[in-house]
Amino acid sequence: MTMPLVEMKDVTVRFDGARTVHAVNGVNLTLMPGETLSILGESGSGKSVTLKTLLRLLPENRTAIGGEVRVAGADVLSLDGRALANHRGGVVSMIFQDPMLALDPVYTIGDQIAEAVVRHEGVSRQAGLARALDMLTRVRIPSPERRMKAYPHEMSGGMRQRAMIALALACRPKLLLADEPTTALDATVQIQILLLLRELQREFGMAMIFVTHDIGVAVEVSDRIAVMYAGEFVETGTVRQIIREPRHPYTKGLLAANLHGAVKGERLDAIPGAPPALETKPTACSFAPRCPVRQEGCETARPPVASFDPGRMVRCIHAVEPALA
Amino acid sequence: MNPAPASLPETAPKPPLLSVNGLRKHFPLKGGLFGQTTGVVRAVDGVSFDVAEGETLGIVGESGCGKSTTARLLVDLITPDDGQILLESRRLGVDLDVRELRRHVQMVFQDSYASLNPRLTMEDAIAFGPRVNGMAAAKATALAHELLAKVGLEPRRFAGRYPHELSGGQRQRVNIARALAFSPKVVILDEAVSALDKSVEAQVLNLLADLKKELGLTYIFISHDLNVVRYISDRVMVMYLGEVAEIGPVETLYANPTHPYTRALLAAMPSMDPDRRTEEAPLTGDPPNPINPPSGCRFHPRCRNAESVCSAGSPGLFKLPSDRHLVACHAAIPGSGHSLAEMPA
Ligand SMILES: Nc1ncnc2c1ncn2[C@@H]1O[C@H](COP(=O)(O)OP(=O)(O)OP(=O)(O)O)[C@@H](O)[C@H]1O
Ligand SMILES: Nc1ncnc2c1ncn2[C@@H]1O[C@H](COP(=O)(O)OP(=O)(O)O)[C@@H](O)[C@H]1O
Ligand code: SF4
Ligand code: SF4
Ligand SMILES: [Mg+2]
Ligand SMILES: [Mg+2]
Repeated sequence: MTMPLVEMKDVTVRFDGARTVHAVNGVNLTLMPGETLSILGESGSGKSVTLKTLLRLLPENRTAIGGEVRVAGADVLSLDGRALANHRGGVVSMIFQDPMLALDPVYTIGDQIAEAVVRHEGVSRQAGLARALDMLTRVRIPSPERRMKAYPHEMSGGMRQRAMIALALACRPKLLLADEPTTALDATVQIQILLLLRELQREFGMAMIFVTHDIGVAVEVSDRIAVMYAGEFVETGTVRQIIREPRHPYTKGLLAANLHGAVKGERLDAIPGAPPALETKPTACSFAPRCPVRQEGCETARPPVASFDPGRMVRCIHAVEPALA
Repeated sequence: MNPAPASLPETAPKPPLLSVNGLRKHFPLKGGLFGQTTGVVRAVDGVSFDVAEGETLGIVGESGCGKSTTARLLVDLITPDDGQILLESRRLGVDLDVRELRRHVQMVFQDSYASLNPRLTMEDAIAFGPRVNGMAAAKATALAHELLAKVGLEPRRFAGRYPHELSGGQRQRVNIARALAFSPKVVILDEAVSALDKSVEAQVLNLLADLKKELGLTYIFISHDLNVVRYISDRVMVMYLGEVAEIGPVETLYANPTHPYTRALLAAMPSMDPDRRTEEAPLTGDPPNPINPPSGCRFHPRCRNAESVCSAGSPGLFKLPSDRHLVACHAAIPGSGHSLAEMPA
C-alpha cells in the first residue's frame, strides 16, 4: 500500500503578538504522492499559514502550532538542523506570488540554481550548472544559455516566475507548495505558467498544493479542492464535486461570486458581510453570521463534519441530511 | 453590399454622452547619465470611442496597454498631446471647461486606501468635494450622510470613522460615495473592485448596478477580469499597445471575437469546466511595452495569422456589418490584401 506523502492531523496555528490571531483551526489533510490539491479561499482565511506550516517557515517565538504534520514519513514539527534544511528545498519546495522572495538579487539565475543543487545533493559545481541549464530549458526560458548569466532584475515578470519555478524544482522535490504564483500576472501569462506547472508536475511525478482565490485557476491545475474559511477546511472534494455539487453554503456563495452561471442584468447572489477577525478560537460555525441557511444551533456549537468518502468532507449542519442542502 | 436592416429605428440615435476622438498621450522616456530623453512611451496612440448615456463600456487589455492612461486623460488628470474630448457634444477647451468636465466625469481607483486621506473621517471625506465647490458645511454633511446610506454604510456607525477603521470593501464604498457627491453623469471605475475578495466584490457589483439604475449613471469599467466585464458591460473595448483593437456589444464580442488578440484574451481565461481544461496557451511571452511598438498592426509579432500586409500598414478601425462592432485587423477588412479577407464588394 502506498503511504500518504502529507498528513496533517488537527493542525492549529495561533499567533501571539500584539494581537492574537487564530489563523488555522483544526486542519486535516491527506495527500498521496503525485496528487494535486488546491486550497481555495479569500484573503486572511489561512492559506499561506497552512503552507508555511508544512515548511516550518513561521516565526518560532510567537507561533503556537498544534496537531501533527508528517511529510514523507518525517515529523515536520520536530525537525531541526540538517534534517530541517533537507526538508526545505530537498523534499518540499515553495513558489510565491512575488518571485523576488525566492530569488537572490545579487546572484545570477544559473549560479543560484547550481548552488541549491550542490548544497542539497552534494554534486560538483559542474553538475549543478548542468542541472541549472536543464531546468531553465524545461521551464521554457528562451535562450537558456544566455539567461544562466542574467540577474533577476534583468528579466520580465513572466520570465522571473519561470526562473523561480526552475529553482524550486531543481532538486526534484516530492512536494511543491505554490502560494498564488500567478495572481499578479496578466491572464495571458498566467495560463502559460499554469500549463507549465501542470506539465512539470506530471513529468516529475511530484505532489502539489496550490493556493489560490480563483476557482478557475484551481480547476486548471488540480485534481482536488479544499475550500478554506476562517482557518478551517469547510468543504473538500474532487474538482468536479466542488464545481458541480457544492454542499457548503460558503462554497456555493463563492461559486456565485465568481459569476459562475451569472446572468447579465440579474443581481448576484452575494454573501453579505465579511470574514471574521479570528481573535478568538471558533466555538460555533465561523460562517454563521453570513450564512443564508443558518439554523438554530449554528451559532452555539461547532457544526458536525460529514465525511462521505475519503477526500469528500463538508463541515455544515445541513450536509448530514442531503435533502436540506 | 450589406442587406438593409429589416426595420429602421423609430427615432434618430441620440448623440453620445461622451465622445473621444484621436486621443494621444506619449510619455518621454528618461534615461542615460543625465536623465535625457531617450525614447517615448506611446501609452495612448490615437484612441477614439463613444459612450452612450446610461450604458456601461468595459475596457480590457493586458497590463500597460493604456487603459488607465485613457481614463486619466478623460478626467483631465493628464493633458493629451492630441485629440478631442466631447461631453454632450461640447468640446473640452472650446465650449466645455475643465472644471465642468471633472464634475461630470468622476473616477474611482483600485487602491481604496491610497485614495482616502487618513486624517479625514468618512463624512468629511465625502463632504470635502462639495464644500470646495461652494456647498454650505451643514448641507455637505447632510449630503455625506445620505450618500453613506446610499452605498450601504449606516451613517450613524460609519460617518465618524477613519479609513483604517474600515475594511477594503467598506473603503471602496466610501470612494464610490465620494465620486457620487458631485452628481456626475459618468463614473470611471479603474480596477475599482479588483483588490476586493470575491464575496465582497459581488456585493459592490450589486451596489454599482443599483446606483446606476437609481441615478441614471453611465459607467466606464476598466478591469482585467473578463468574467466581471462580461457581466457588467453593455459594450467592450479591447486595447493593445495604446490602440483600440476591437470594440463592440458585449455578447457579440464574447461570442464572435473577430480580432485575433481578442480571441487570445478570451482563450486565456481559466476554464471553469474540469472536463475542458485549457490545453494550449493562446499567446507566448509577456505583454510587450509601448516603447518602439512594431510597425503596421502592433499585434503582428504575436499573431498566428500575420502576413506581410500586417507589418506593412496599420489596419485602422473598420466597421463590421453587425451593429456597432469595429475591429482593427487586416483579415477582417475586405480588400486589405490579407488572404483571409474577403474580396471587396
Ligand atoms: N507618467 C508616466 N510616465 C511614463 N510612462 C507612463 C506614465 N504613465 C503610464 N506610463 C506608461 O504608459 C503605458 C500605459 O500605462 P497604463 O497605466 O495606461 O496601463 P494600463 O493599461 O492601465 O495597465 P494595468 O493593467 O497594468 O493597469 C505603460 O507602458 C506605462 O508604463
Ligand atoms: N506572522 C504572522 N503574525 C501574525 N499574524 C499572522 C502572521 N501571518 C499571518 N497572520 C494572520 O493569519 C491569518 C491568516 O493569514 P494567511 O494565511 O496569510 O491568509 P491567506 O489565506 O490570505 O494566505 C490572517 O489573519 C493574518 O493576518
Ligand atoms: S453550519 Fe449552519 S451556519 Fe454554518 S454553514 Fe451550515 S447552515 Fe450555515
Ligand atoms: S492585422 Fe494581421 S497581424 Fe494584426 S491581428 Fe490582423 S491578422 Fe493578425
Ligand atoms: Mg496568502
Ligand atoms: Mg491601470
